[in-house]
Amino acid sequence: MLLIPCPWCGPRDEAEFGYGGQAGVAYPRDPGALTDEEWARYLFFRDNPEGPFEERWNHSAGCRRWFNLTRNTATNEITPISPSGDASPPGNVATGEVGTASASWDAATGGPR
Amino acid sequence: MADPTPPREPATMVERISPLAGFAGVSDTRLRVREIPFLRQTNLRADPGKVPPSLGLRLPMEPGTWLRSGGADVLWLGPDEWLVIGDVDLPRSEDVAVTDVSAQRTTILVAGPGARDLLAHGCAIDLHPSVFGPGRCAQTTLARAQVVLVAGEDEEFRVLVRASFARYLADWITDAAVDY
Ligand SMILES: [Zn+2]
Repeated sequence: MLLIPCPWCGPRDEAEFGYGGQAGVAYPRDPGALTDEEWARYLFFRDNPEGPFEERWNHSAGCRRWFNLTRNTATNEITPISPSGDASPPGNVATGEVGTASASWDAATGGPR
Repeated sequence: MADPTPPREPATMVERISPLAGFAGVSDTRLRVREIPFLRQTNLRADPGKVPPSLGLRLPMEPGTWLRSGGADVLWLGPDEWLVIGDVDLPRSEDVAVTDVSAQRTTILVAGPGARDLLAHGCAIDLHPSVFGPGRCAQTTLARAQVVLVAGEDEEFRVLVRASFARYLADWITDAAVDY
């Protein structure tokens, strides 16, 4: 069982969370312009590193917020990144360019920065 | 044309039955458990930077805390979400979404010197008094059921549980209480 640090609630049991997959996968700007292959790459292709992996998690049994963290897939060591309620960071997957997730919440006020 | 029927008195037709009606609870020196039925609960969603003073409530901004304000208990549920427990009428405004959720959950009072140990039996968060003392609250799971735990003075805890899980959780508490 992992102990996952929710940026709002602190460390909680893995069972309280839902997994959101790789972080920073942006929705294509113009989905209609994609070829089938590009669309399939956006839908199904994800990095699969052995080592640090940036992931999205949802504290579904707690505050219900989405956030990002980095988990080492070999050791399960977790490094918090920041509270992030924004699922669509800049970047365009279709061209292979993936944006980095940025915090969209101010930790003190919970409002937009 | 049908005969006009006399207007009925709606209040006399309705019998309120709480989710844990008939729950015997626990009552001894170490542990007291009973339902607190029909607490009025109001969910608030607002940008914490834009809460209008006309709301008439102070909202806790620190995660996992609650406070008493305007005759109600106000619980932090998320960075833009609060739960107001108490019989208060909140004004509608552009900046705050106000939703009555009274029927969503019922409340189980778990109190006494054995209360903390009982809750810890089925809850993974740290319930040590130095971490979860009076004024703290948490959304978490108790015996795998989603709950809101609220720590009050004198080892009194409110356990807010969805109505459909209430009977299960009450049975679990009754069973676990044997140990404490
Ligand atoms: Zn949380």
